[in-house]
Amino acid sequence: MNLVKKRKVKNIIALSVSVFAAIIGLFWLVFILSSVLVKGISSINLSLFLNDPAPPGIPGGGLRCAFVGQAIITVIATVIGVPIGIFGGTFLAEYGRNKKYTAVISSLADMMTSFPSIVVGVFVYTIMVRPMGHFNGYAGAVALAIIMIPIIVRTTEETLKLIPWEVREAAFALGAPYYKVIKDIVYRSAITGLFTGILLAVARVAVETAPLLFTSFNNSFLTLNPNQPMPSLTVTIYQYAMGPYKEWHKLAWGASFVIVLFVLVLSILGRWIISKRYGSE
Amino acid sequence: MNEILIEVRNLSFYYGENRVLKDISMGVSKNMVTALIGPSGCGKTTFLRCFNRMHDLYKGNRYEGEIIYNGENILRAHDLIKLRSKIGMVFQRPTPFPMSIFDNVAYGLKLKGIKKRSEIEAIVEKSLMEAALWDEVKDKLNSPATSLSGGQQQRLVIARTLAVEPDIILFDEPTSALDPIATSKIEDLIKHLKDITTVLIVTHNMQQAARISEYTAFMFRGELIEFDKTENIFTNPKEELTEKYITGRFG
Amino acid sequence: MENKFYAKDGLFKSLSFISALVIVLICIAMFTVLFIFSYPAIKQFGVIHFILSDAWNPVKKIFGGAGAIYGTIVTTVLSLIFAIPTSLGIAVFITQICPHSLKKYFSNAIELLASIPSIIYGMWGLFTLAPIMRNYIEPFLQKVFLPIPVIKYLFQGTPLGIDLLTSGLILSIMIIPFISSIARDTFELVPKELKESAYAMGATKWEMIKDVIFPYSKVGVLSGIIIATGRALGETMAVAFVLGNDHNIHLSLLKSSTTISVTLANEFTEADFRLYLSSLFYLAFILFIMSFTALGLAKFLLKRIKK
Ligand SMILES: Nc1ncnc2c1ncn2[C@@H]1O[C@H](COP(=O)(O)OP(=O)(O)O)[C@@H](O)[C@H]1O
Ligand SMILES: [Mg+2]
Repeated sequence: MNLVKKRKVKNIIALSVSVFAAIIGLFWLVFILSSVLVKGISSINLSLFLNDPAPPGIPGGGLRCAFVGQAIITVIATVIGVPIGIFGGTFLAEYGRNKKYTAVISSLADMMTSFPSIVVGVFVYTIMVRPMGHFNGYAGAVALAIIMIPIIVRTTEETLKLIPWEVREAAFALGAPYYKVIKDIVYRSAITGLFTGILLAVARVAVETAPLLFTSFNNSFLTLNPNQPMPSLTVTIYQYAMGPYKEWHKLAWGASFVIVLFVLVLSILGRWIISKRYGSE
Repeated sequence: MNEILIEVRNLSFYYGENRVLKDISMGVSKNMVTALIGPSGCGKTTFLRCFNRMHDLYKGNRYEGEIIYNGENILRAHDLIKLRSKIGMVFQRPTPFPMSIFDNVAYGLKLKGIKKRSEIEAIVEKSLMEAALWDEVKDKLNSPATSLSGGQQQRLVIARTLAVEPDIILFDEPTSALDPIATSKIEDLIKHLKDITTVLIVTHNMQQAARISEYTAFMFRGELIEFDKTENIFTNPKEELTEKYITGRFG
Repeated sequence: MENKFYAKDGLFKSLSFISALVIVLICIAMFTVLFIFSYPAIKQFGVIHFILSDAWNPVKKIFGGAGAIYGTIVTTVLSLIFAIPTSLGIAVFITQICPHSLKKYFSNAIELLASIPSIIYGMWGLFTLAPIMRNYIEPFLQKVFLPIPVIKYLFQGTPLGIDLLTSGLILSIMIIPFISSIARDTFELVPKELKESAYAMGATKWEMIKDVIFPYSKVGVLSGIIIATGRALGETMAVAFVLGNDHNIHLSLLKSSTTISVTLANEFTEADFRLYLSSLFYLAFILFIMSFTALGLAKFLLKRIKK
């Protein structure tokens, strides 16, 4: 075989390997999604959403309390995390831009977005659960907020930096104070990006498990009081999946189905907004 | 003799250690158009941005000398918000705010604390007329400003600036991003602006300076080489450098 | 009027500054809290001894972190071994082979893998992947590798599907999107002229990739790999389902094990005396340091490329 031919064969082999890798990636995605959707769909019925857990062995139980708990925890986390995240990102992109320590904070935030979430759970356990004396929903919310803040800080910073500097100068030249420039000009220009950032951050923390294990813990009763241990879908899935009962497994699959659907819808929505806003350019 | 609105005395400017303006002195005449010309990088933009203290937005910048306006030194002013509401600026590229056409023009009024709707509406209409944009936008005042063409956006920015009734408007190459037709509209507009305010304009285009200005300042490497009536600069320059520049025999 | 502006601006600025500071405060507070609470265990067991001993016995009140640290490292390394070639292949596919019209969809699909919650990976791993591993893959691997000397030690034991291998595989699926998206981005930064000059010299596509794209983007890819490492080190739920909870160190990949995060998930709420809890904090502290180091290193490398 001559050299050129050998090189061509090598080329084809290498490129085929890369196509194969792409197929593997796609395969995992389809495999995971389809098995969750297929196994989960049969557990979807009204009692999943409307009933509270039944004792093992008795059919007809649901996860109403976990849905409610998850929603409450996520909402509180959002209320804490979004303002801090937006303000923090605003500082990095506006008042603090070009400062050395700003770059440090930005890097820290970036690192925190990949940080082990279970360590956040341990941390919040010591600063909230221990002093308060019991597991509670607030602690879970704070843990999720701690995960949410750096994500929003970074997306806010990046989004605001995309707004051309000249537009800010034009507002300054009219005699606008900086906070008005930010509020009226920068935020308005960046609104879609900011919203998408929040959406993706909420979607991400809403399905976290590890940080809730030692904070909001679990509870098999419906509670609206965040000062008590609060059930969540994710922790319930963990508990039920590891448990010995068939009904529990079924409920866990049903909850997984809902979670996957939630994540899919939000991330597709997020991408759609981004492509609608920036894709045409 | 005409009245001097702003008097620059021995102005020097530093970006950090880098001295970019060197000992500039000149006067800006009230209700006139004064043009700043000179090769790229000679410091025209830098000079212009001293008048509304734009350089204060960034660290490490330093002024020396004085810019006297209303008997006070602009470079010593404490209230930049107030200063900037009296000294308007129009940039190279149009800078519409992300809001409606109406709200763009009304923005400066709201900053000034004007709340009465009828008063705001009257001023917006007047400003848009002065900026020769009214006829084109009067039916779509609530459309986003970004829906306008580049030339219209630039006239919108002028209207926005006019709305707060500035004593002077600083233009930094306002037509360099526009096509010839839009450019000539802006030029006509600037010629008429001197009836209501004062204009200091940077331009990279000598013909433009000749067409629209009463006075012209020629700058070179941060120095003011020659400052005179525009006709003198273009027909009978005193400095050799100026002559070389306007006849295109430069470098 | 203007005074009001300055006051409000000051307020807005302070609020935003404090919010940015929250990031720093959280980091410092986490470090401090973890250190303080792990101090009793640090004092009791020391550093070297804790890291090297796999004796984890709450009844005897003896704790060593080696089992969890070993499991953390082995699952991470396994996941990297699986994920790196796949991710690079995916990045090459997206940037060099995929038809332009499909590029966006394929990229999005791969990134969708990153948005699947770890609890779902865990569920899927336990109920879908583990049985397949137990019944098909692992027996097959044993048939192939058990006759080979030395390597056979990696595949001994009864295949259960709940083991290091399955965990590493699941982790690899989770980190593929991280590595492949950073690799894709850095591949696309390679200047067109550079690629064209390789073609102009008669290089095949693969030769151009191997000799131009890979060398040009190695730092970027490396930082992507390190970020993925940071993620894999701290991942909890995806492995908690399929790793078992065994603090003893086994050489075989077909044995159950534990990681730091899995140990925390399983034992933190059960630790009923001070030294036990403190040892768990000690593990969390070690994980904190490991992740921080990995992510910091990646950040440093990425900064360097941007310059
Ligand atoms: N922000 C800045 N920092 C440092 N140097 C600058 C900055 N802006 C401009 N300069 C320098 O100052 C000189 C004058 O620039 P400029 O005023 O923009 O010139 P012109 O507008 O006449 O083209 C140039 O040499 C330029 O490199
Ligand atoms: Mg300029």
